[in-house]
Amino acid sequence: MTSIALSAYRAPELRLPRLLAGVSYYHPTGLAEHEELYGPLPLPPPAQRYRAGRQRPERLIDLVERSGLTGRGGAGFSTGRKMRSVVARPGRPVVVANGSEGEPASCKDRLLLTRAPHLILDGITLAAYAVEADEVHLVVHGQEADLMASLQDAIADREALGVDPVPIQLTGIPARYVSSEQSSVVQYLSGGPAKPTFSPPRPHERGVRGRPTLVNNVETLAHLALIARYGDGWFRGVGTPSAPGSTLVTVGGAVARPGVYEIEMGTPIGELVMKAGGPSERLQALLVGGYFGAWLPAELAWPVPMTHADLRAVGGAMGAGMVIALPVTACALAETARVVSYLAEETAAQCGPCMFGLPALADTLIELAYQGGWGRAIKAIATLVPLIEKRGACRHPDGATQLVRSALTAFAADARWHDRHGPCHGVGRAPLLPIPSDEERDWDWT
Amino acid sequence: MTYRLRVNPIACTAHGMCAELLPELIELDPWGYPILLSPAVPAGLMEHARRAVDACPTLALLLEETTGPSLLS
Repeated sequence: MTSIALSAYRAPELRLPRLLAGVSYYHPTGLAEHEELYGPLPLPPPAQRYRAGRQRPERLIDLVERSGLTGRGGAGFSTGRKMRSVVARPGRPVVVANGSEGEPASCKDRLLLTRAPHLILDGITLAAYAVEADEVHLVVHGQEADLMASLQDAIADREALGVDPVPIQLTGIPARYVSSEQSSVVQYLSGGPAKPTFSPPRPHERGVRGRPTLVNNVETLAHLALIARYGDGWFRGVGTPSAPGSTLVTVGGAVARPGVYEIEMGTPIGELVMKAGGPSERLQALLVGGYFGAWLPAELAWPVPMTHADLRAVGGAMGAGMVIALPVTACALAETARVVSYLAEETAAQCGPCMFGLPALADTLIELAYQGGWGRAIKAIATLVPLIEKRGACRHPDGATQLVRSALTAFAADARWHDRHGPCHGVGRAPLLPIPSDEERDWDWT
Repeated sequence: MTYRLRVNPIACTAHGMCAELLPELIELDPWGYPILLSPAVPAGLMEHARRAVDACPTLALLLEETTGPSLLS
């Protein structure tokens, strides 16, 4: 494997951590500290940047494609191919870094944004260079004033030294679940509400104000900042051949040390749980992939490698890399019912099947979990799920039904018990899956 | 040349005209929104499909040309 890095800065010899190498527990890594750690931003000198015939931006896209980097926001699409499809469209592209982490159970983007902002900002500028964009946005939750302020400081530090050729515009977006979806972000930046739009056209075809738009998760861009420095060979030095590199995951629930961990792609889920201190109670199942993910029985999930392909093969999903451990004493149906109620409240109320179907599904699940199903609830759920699935403009309704489907598979015996006999003892336990409180939630779309 | 139907779920507000005019291909769900029984439109139903598309008050029903079996999702 040939490795053509754009800078001669020496790659670190440690395998991991990569993204979290310079992360301090207490404060964000400043620009000077960041450059000491990783070297300067590997952009060619201004005179050579777009010199005709040398096609330097194109070389960066080649490098990203060879590295095998995929999106870390949930979809897992090839970043290099995404860049290429943006470049192929007529018109000057726009680059959008999506840091509006919508998953209540995920905090890896927040960790990077608050602790290693310059890795992300480097990645944004490199992506803008690669697709030759002249407009660049970083999008985070607008209600997080401290985060907005610290990012604004980081951007100002770079501006003072002239690091970024295209100024990075920071935008605060409503903190709603579906607002972090890429078409919502694009619509918001175009002056509309932060709600998903009907696609196609997709953002790379018609994005911000109709221009071809590259939307990347902030972790993806942080990886890009390292790939541009150390090369594709270095990136492939960890992970598996089909899923190379490292990734950030959030581990929560009944584990001894919940938090964000950087792992090699393909690390078995069980190893990840042990890395987070191991189970703090006996486990029955793991929720993998967040609220659009799936419940997997603990013994089934344990050896499964954390990659999109391996998780899909067992009926799961990797999403943005969340693993939540459910102890045997908890009621999985009650947990699922609470999450589906939350997802129902988070509908953008644009598509009928989502706007009416999700509340109906949530009500049936709440009844099944907390009152018992009177022998009717499972049948009612089985009727509702196909009426909701694949009938929305975005994946919101499908994410919710995937969660419900997996719950009725992984906890089939529990569900039958609830349906026939009423709630189990677990419903009295304190809720495990995090759901933002009403005060924390953003009810506005604009 | 074959044609297929597609619903823009954001534009659709459940008037139900399409199911009225094209019951062979469109059913309504319990909330009044269309369910496509089959997106592909047989030649014999083209006239009816066009009428249903034209009748939609919110222009949410779309008739699109397809060139082969591989469709955009």
